[in-house]
Amino acid sequence: MKTLLATAITASLLAIPAYAESVKIGFVTTLTTGAAAIGEDMKNSVELAVEHLGGKAGDMDIEVIFEDDAFAPESGKQVTDKLVKQDDVDFVAGYIWSHVLLASRKSVLDADKFLISTNAGPSQIAGKLCDKNFFSTSWQNDQTPMAMGEVLNKMGVKSLYVMAPNYAAGKDMTAGVERTFEGEIVGKDLTKWGADAQLDFSAELAKAKASDADGLFVFYPGAAGGAFIKQYDQAGLKDTLPLYSVFTVDAISLPKLQEAGLESVLGSQFTQEWDPTLDNEANKKFVEGYKEAYGHYPSYYGAQSYDAIMLIASAVEKAGGVDDKDALRAALEEADFDSVRGDFKFGTNHLPVQDFYLREAVKDEDGVWTTKVVDTVYEDHVDSFASECSMD
Amino acid sequence: MTMLRGRGWITAIIMILLAVLPPIFVATGNAFWLDLATRLVILAIAAVSLNLILGYGGLVSFGHAALLGIGAYAVGIPAHHWLYGGGPEWLQTTSGWLQFPLAILAAALFALVTGAICLRTRGVYFIMITMAFAQMMYYLIVSIEEYGGDDGLVIDQRSELPFVDFSDPLQQYFFCFVSLVIVLLLVRMIVNSRFGMVLQGAKGNEERMRTLGYNVYAYRLTAYVISGAMCGFAGALLGNFTTFISPEMMDWQRSGELMFMVILGGASTTVGPVLGAVVFIVLEHLLSSLPEPLGVYWHLPFGLLLIIVVLFVRGGLTTLLTRRGDR
Amino acid sequence: MDTSLFIIQLLNGIQLGLLLFLVASGLTLVFGILDFVNLAHGALYMVGAFICASLTYATGSFILAVIIALPLTAAVGFVIERLVARPLYARNHLDQVLATFGLILVLDTAAHLIWGPQGMAVPLPEFLQGQISLSGGLVLPTFRLVIIFTGLAAAGGLFWLVNYTRLGMLIRAGASNRTMVSALGINIQLLFSLVFALGAALAGLAGMLIAPITEASIGMGNSIIITAFVVIIVGGIGSMKGAFLAALMIGLIDTLGRSYLDEIFSLVMSPVAAENSAPAISAMLIYIIMAAVLAFRPQGLFPPKVR
Repeated sequence: MKTLLATAITASLLAIPAYAESVKIGFVTTLTTGAAAIGEDMKNSVELAVEHLGGKAGDMDIEVIFEDDAFAPESGKQVTDKLVKQDDVDFVAGYIWSHVLLASRKSVLDADKFLISTNAGPSQIAGKLCDKNFFSTSWQNDQTPMAMGEVLNKMGVKSLYVMAPNYAAGKDMTAGVERTFEGEIVGKDLTKWGADAQLDFSAELAKAKASDADGLFVFYPGAAGGAFIKQYDQAGLKDTLPLYSVFTVDAISLPKLQEAGLESVLGSQFTQEWDPTLDNEANKKFVEGYKEAYGHYPSYYGAQSYDAIMLIASAVEKAGGVDDKDALRAALEEADFDSVRGDFKFGTNHLPVQDFYLREAVKDEDGVWTTKVVDTVYEDHVDSFASECSMD
Repeated sequence: MTMLRGRGWITAIIMILLAVLPPIFVATGNAFWLDLATRLVILAIAAVSLNLILGYGGLVSFGHAALLGIGAYAVGIPAHHWLYGGGPEWLQTTSGWLQFPLAILAAALFALVTGAICLRTRGVYFIMITMAFAQMMYYLIVSIEEYGGDDGLVIDQRSELPFVDFSDPLQQYFFCFVSLVIVLLLVRMIVNSRFGMVLQGAKGNEERMRTLGYNVYAYRLTAYVISGAMCGFAGALLGNFTTFISPEMMDWQRSGELMFMVILGGASTTVGPVLGAVVFIVLEHLLSSLPEPLGVYWHLPFGLLLIIVVLFVRGGLTTLLTRRGDR
Repeated sequence: MDTSLFIIQLLNGIQLGLLLFLVASGLTLVFGILDFVNLAHGALYMVGAFICASLTYATGSFILAVIIALPLTAAVGFVIERLVARPLYARNHLDQVLATFGLILVLDTAAHLIWGPQGMAVPLPEFLQGQISLSGGLVLPTFRLVIIFTGLAAAGGLFWLVNYTRLGMLIRAGASNRTMVSALGINIQLLFSLVFALGAALAGLAGMLIAPITEASIGMGNSIIITAFVVIIVGGIGSMKGAFLAALMIGLIDTLGRSYLDEIFSLVMSPVAAENSAPAISAMLIYIIMAAVLAFRPQGLFPPKVR
């Protein structure tokens, strides 16, 4: 036993050459609670990105430390503090939830580290609270629902009932659709969110139905999305109250909806900045690699996380390490990497300036439920808060 | 030297470690361990305050986290108005001279009002009614959009006091540590006073105390308010430490954690809850930072430990450690 | 006010109330008879949901899955009673609260280990998927009605069991005088195990009924358990009738609060403030009721007769 242990130690010592410096990335996501499915998707994509990079950013090894935010701002901040202070990471990336990001951002930025959101995009952080060391590989929350609002106008929808969870992103999402939608909002419900989120929407759906709106707009990410679609289906609202959603029907919820046989979700449309069918080399490599490794389609959460690792690696390589923060920041701003979205560029507030597509839930050639692009809604869209951002 | 026999040596060891280790953490560049120590000391204050009514008064409060939250919001709300305006003018401040007394008074007031009602009940009903009031407070905060609701509130500016700089981690730590020492001495004084004797007597035999002419209800309410005030103070420290507060910290599960700290360390001693907080926080950290994929499942050993402690370690760790010395 | 909407919301409230009753009835049995505070009762609700979800995929039938899952959840309850609950009967409520708090952590993490983090959807058979039109243009999802009927049937069965069977007689006797029952030569230990297992099956049934609507997910029991405690305290600990009436009351308050409170509030405050505060205030309402009951009528609104 002792020899075995000794061999193992020697082997592990040999595996890490003493001279190889590493770039440390802390990655905060949700690995417990019902929202862990999203975290899993992001974690898988990060690991895939590291694998595709051969574990290297330039000549430095990539080391990723994953932490669980337990779907709560307070614990998210706690693990962020740990990453910054104990692990002394160079980058903190991840964050699914807007409220978790808002609670954690100060810890990272005060320590003069780089913060890269791979999903959450609360309005504050794009505008007044923007920072030279903050970057995003996702979007500002309002953008996707704004695109949906445009689509609704085109479809001639005149009145809308709105439902979203009661937290930072839920409020941004409803504000986003209200920003572009020209018809009337006839009712709105904000439901309890977090680890003990409300998942039974009977009362709200009954209200929505009674409102006689032309359509129902919802935002229910993660497990809540699947639950919502099921109840929408069970209530038989498909013909009387068409569903328009953002971040609700996706690679997280579709496999479960397929298992449960809820055919009615096929054909429903929603907006997004990425899709597995986007035609570019990086995306093909990502989607195929992901399907091969994990047996199902990746989600936009994964795509954005994959991009974040690629972005970091490109910047570290260009800046020749992580010591010169200014060079690193400049390299990040250039965003010179092969994004799964095709071209990738940052706006003045370090959020991507990008296209938004209309997607539809379909069956692929193997009969697996997924999404495809049906239209481009926005080209090179800049979020509404960029003008409020001034970096010094 | 009677102090150092039996439980005394535990007190001495813990307090010396708490005084000596943090500067070493800083000197060796382990800032995170200093953070851990700060959190630990603050929660220890809350646990000690809970123990005053739980251990000595026999009043099992399942809502103490609400008091912690009230204290934290008493720092957060003035700081919020100071930065973004709104609210009455006297509230727009980051001065600790306003925030700390506000935290103590608000928590004491909450304890007075709820305690007056809760103390009409006994046993498990008391456990449930204290939890009910904490849940009310939780949902009240959730409903106030201005202070972030469910999303919580970032404290952009810590409290300002002339003799301590809260943005310096070590100064902050020692302020918390000294507070803990004062609170411990205070609780010890209360427990050993005639007041404390009545409180403990009522725990054992309420009728007897009543026939002796004591107004047990008034004694208990006073203890409840003192405990609330201390916990509110701990909350103000916690708000300054985390610089982020959310209704989450008032959740019933947090109250359960505070209770666990008290029971783990030993409810019959002044210093027990401190030991409980130390073990709780250190264990929580060690288990949750186990290598993947074990870290994600850290609640499993933690839950088992909780069950085992309750089933087999009666009287808490303090009793366990001193069994030989004492008997 | 829209009458048909109101009726639908009433039915939604009753449905929620019946689910709460299924959880609360077991809790009040265990609490009333065994004098045991079981915070982990909600975890059994989750365990039931997950077992049922797995079995639905294994057998291909939701109904068959429920039938098999019920005794399995009861068995889980039986084991928990032997291992954790029994040594705690003689302890004070504080110890019970803490140990079962630990048990929640253990069961939640065990579910995470067994079923993964992502939760499980439960597909319904075709005939339960649609909607049923009631008179007056009321349309309700079929499965919601199924929940209502199952809940009523379970309540009926429980009343029969407690009031008209030998087991029920012993349960009632055990609630009022434990030593007398054991003096009669009854195996009180076994009686306790059975009561605990029955409670587990009832909570599990609630989990199985909600799973096709939401899904089976980690920690799903932690929010319902506190509400269930509110129910049994408002109803009177140990009282089956109390649990039933209080569950319906809480279910209706919660649902109607979520439906109408924002409209009521917008009469006195801005619509935005009303939207934000209404859900939280309706959640607060049930705790206000509980505190009021405890303060003025600690034995509950419908205390058991034999006490």
